[in-house]
Amino acid sequence: MATKSEVINLIKQKIVDSEVYVENLKGDDHLQVTVISSEFNGLSLVKQHQLVYSALKEELASEAIHALALKTETPN
Amino acid sequence: MENPTKNKIQNLIDSNPVMVFMKGTKLMPQCGFSNNVVQILNSLGVTFNTFDVLSDFEIREGIKEYSEWPTIPQVYLKGEFLGGSDILIEMYNTGTLKEKIEIALAS
Repeated sequence: MATKSEVINLIKQKIVDSEVYVENLKGDDHLQVTVISSEFNGLSLVKQHQLVYSALKEELASEAIHALALKTETPN
Repeated sequence: MENPTKNKIQNLIDSNPVMVFMKGTKLMPQCGFSNNVVQILNSLGVTFNTFDVLSDFEIREGIKEYSEWPTIPQVYLKGEFLGGSDILIEMYNTGTLKEKIEIALAS
C-alpha cells in the first residue's frame, strides 16, 4: 500500500505547481486526496482528475492504491 | 484491449442513455463509491442501467482503458464519460448534475 508521502510526492512530481493533502478514510486503503493547482485552470473536472490519476497510474493499476476520493481545486 | 471487450463496452454505452459501470448491483453495491453513485441517481429519479464489473474481469479492466480513468464506478451520459463518484457528488452538490442529465436526455 502506498504511503501518504509517496502519494504526495508522485502528484507533486506530475503537477509541479500544486498543494496536495492526503488523509486516510476509515483507516482502510481508501485515501482522501485534495489537489490545488493553477494547472487546473480551464480544464473540465474529468480532465483535472485524469491529470491527477495519471500521476498515480502504476499505483492504481497494481492496487497499491485501491481507491481514492479526489477533490481538485484551483487557487483563489 | 481485445476487440470483443471493446465492442461490448461500446454497445452498453451506446444502448443505455445513462450507463453505470460499478462494483455490485443497484440493489447490492459492493463498494462505497459505487453506492454513492447509485444513491445520487436514485435520488434524482434518473432511469439508469448498470453493469457489475465484478462479474467480468475483461470489462473491469477494459473500461479503465476505454475512458483513461483508473477507477470504478464510471458513469456515461449519452455516450460521454461523465465521471466517477467524486465528480458525481460534486455535480450533485452544486446542482449541475440534474440539469446536465435532463438536457442530455431531452436532446
